[in-house]
Amino acid sequence: MSNLSLTTADFEPIKLQRETQTISRPSLSYWRDAWVRLKTNKRALISLFIIVGLLVFTIAGPWIWTIDPSAQDLDQLSTPPGANRVAKIVAPYHPWAGVTTEPAPISTQPTWATQEVRLAEPATTQAVRLEWDPVPAATGYRVYRNIYDPEPDGALGLPIGEIYDARRVSYEDLLDLSPTRFWYSIVATDDLGREVAEYTTLVVDVVRVITIDQAVVAGLEGPNGPLELGDEVLIKFHPLGTDYLGRDMLARLMYGARVSLFIGIIAPLFFVLIGILYGSAAGFIGGKTDQILMRFADFVVALPFLLFMILFKIAFGIGPGESGIFPMLVALVVLSWPATARLVRGQILQIREEAYIGASQLLGAKTYYLILRHMIPNTLGVILVTLTFAVPTVIFVEAFLSFIGMGVAPPTPSWGSMCNEGIQTMLNHPHELIFPALFISITVLAFNLLGDGLRDALDARMRSRE
Amino acid sequence: MYRYTLKRLLQGLITIWFIATATFIAMHSVPGDPLINERGVNEEIRRNLEERYGLDRPITEQYIIYMGNMIRGDFGISFTQQNRSVNDIIREHFPVSATLGILAIVFAGLGGVLWGALTALYRNRLPDIIVMFLVILGISVPSFVIAALGQLALVGLNGLAGFSILPVAGWGTVLHMLVPSLVLGLSTMAFLTRLMRSSMLEIISADFVRTAYSKGLPPTRVFMKHQLRNAILPVITVLGPAIAAITTGGFVVELVFAIPGLGRFFVQAVQQLDYTVIMGTTVFYGAFLVFMVIAVDLIYGLVDPRVRLE
Repeated sequence: MSNLSLTTADFEPIKLQRETQTISRPSLSYWRDAWVRLKTNKRALISLFIIVGLLVFTIAGPWIWTIDPSAQDLDQLSTPPGANRVAKIVAPYHPWAGVTTEPAPISTQPTWATQEVRLAEPATTQAVRLEWDPVPAATGYRVYRNIYDPEPDGALGLPIGEIYDARRVSYEDLLDLSPTRFWYSIVATDDLGREVAEYTTLVVDVVRVITIDQAVVAGLEGPNGPLELGDEVLIKFHPLGTDYLGRDMLARLMYGARVSLFIGIIAPLFFVLIGILYGSAAGFIGGKTDQILMRFADFVVALPFLLFMILFKIAFGIGPGESGIFPMLVALVVLSWPATARLVRGQILQIREEAYIGASQLLGAKTYYLILRHMIPNTLGVILVTLTFAVPTVIFVEAFLSFIGMGVAPPTPSWGSMCNEGIQTMLNHPHELIFPALFISITVLAFNLLGDGLRDALDARMRSRE
Repeated sequence: MYRYTLKRLLQGLITIWFIATATFIAMHSVPGDPLINERGVNEEIRRNLEERYGLDRPITEQYIIYMGNMIRGDFGISFTQQNRSVNDIIREHFPVSATLGILAIVFAGLGGVLWGALTALYRNRLPDIIVMFLVILGISVPSFVIAALGQLALVGLNGLAGFSILPVAGWGTVLHMLVPSLVLGLSTMAFLTRLMRSSMLEIISADFVRTAYSKGLPPTRVFMKHQLRNAILPVITVLGPAIAAITTGGFVVELVFAIPGLGRFFVQAVQQLDYTVIMGTTVFYGAFLVFMVIAVDLIYGLVDPRVRLE
């Protein structure tokens, strides 16, 4: 009935053509998954590169750019970047006797403006020597200098010289000369010593000069062998210019970053750590202890933050104008931990109710094991996000304190104190404000964007939101 | 509701006591002596001064006197400005700071809500991109730089016009207040815009909004009655911290724009180590902020019926 012939070979198991269920990709841990997600977030990734770049800038920078941030280059005060660096070698300064004339005969029709102002010698950064034609009825002269054209509103600028002798018709300006254009105005004074309304203006382009001695001290070299009078040399290079005391901006920014980033990163690390310990203790123990601990945290939160920062600095005996990185750090840590503590406590309370904690307890896990193995790793994502957002806040606080003169003391640069100095001369030398402000802004921006990216990558509940 | 209010007020009072005590301890642990200044003081004058400021008594007694005075609302006499009481200083300068702060809050609140709603409605289109870029700038640029730039802009504006449209610094008229309060509110405005945008984005796709549209309501009505009202709630919760930020941010703005407010006075007192003024101002600001936060919480309960205060 059956013509079916079965051989033993038919009872061999069929070889599987393909595996029906395979794990095509290795399973991702939470952190690998987060990293993959972060890598797709272009803004966060760029921010991460910027932060690494800033760290390299401040740690490795001073080895490459070895200029002392507190050394003054008196030839270049408040020089913007890219300024002309050519200096002419001249002989050392010689005093100038000036020019005196006989008083001009008083004509019947007195004109109060002098006929002509001219340069007695070429104007250099060593001295600007002016002489002018006497004004018939003048009893003296005043010399004004401006960095803008006095026309049309007659703004003569800085009064730099007063001459009480009508015969003296010259003035030597030695005050803070820099290689720019100045407008010198000569005003005569009448017999009562009052200034007259008329004035004569001379536009002077000052040439940068340097003596041989100065050039040798500064370590400059001539184009061909030893320095000679009349040679043109290039004075020291400051890529980002100098500040009002002639200190190199780039070097100061590098050292300033040390203060700003150091406080900005170390302080959050510490207060987040304290917050984790405090919050997890409160959350895990629970009950009355939790109530008391959290009420105390509420009080600390209610303290007016910046006022207490200042109070702390005073309490440490550090008055205005003294450096106090350490007290600033302590004050930040003492005042900032409660936010993290609250967050961690909330997380711990949530996790405590999870089934896997119960399972772990059933398997005989001890408390410290539960906290270390389950609770803290599970809150780490949220903590990391808090940490990233805390950095810009702290950098702002440091900058604010330095700005009102309660932060880092003058010889030590910090971005905040550099801004404070830059703001005083913002109209004439904007680069002194722009660079430190730019660095603060970029750092804060980078940390904020990285924080956004981390939150999207790590926090599952926030992920769906914008 | 009443019980809740009472409870919060009581907590607030304890917090203020905590602030006052912390301030007292901090100020009394200062090494050195508040009476030592550049002028030499002989024994007798020193004794007189100590008596005047009560520094000759034991510290517990000083604390009790200090607390007693504070309960009666007396913060003592300034160390550096003789015969000027801290109360006078606060009375004279706080209204200026408060005016500035209120204007800044109004700017920040209105601006934040409007820009946030706008960016959410125009999501990922040009207005959204432009405003969010400005918001990121507003969050990242330090307040003193914004203040300085604001002043610079004023100088430029007046220069362009050829006469003084808005005063560059000082205080007195409404014109003096405009730019400083705008500058002061800017970073808060940026923060509120971000918050409002994300809250609005959630609301836009909510079921009740779809229902409202399907009922045939005009878009403006849906926007005003359904979207804006609901999206505004998270903004109200952060108003407390925002007020705190604006109060302390006022220090910088007052310094840069030469406004005679309490913040500038506080910074000055700190620089001169004027202990009573520092203590008085800290406690005053602390109390102010505590009550502001309580007020915001109570308002939140009134605005959102879902929140039950207990």
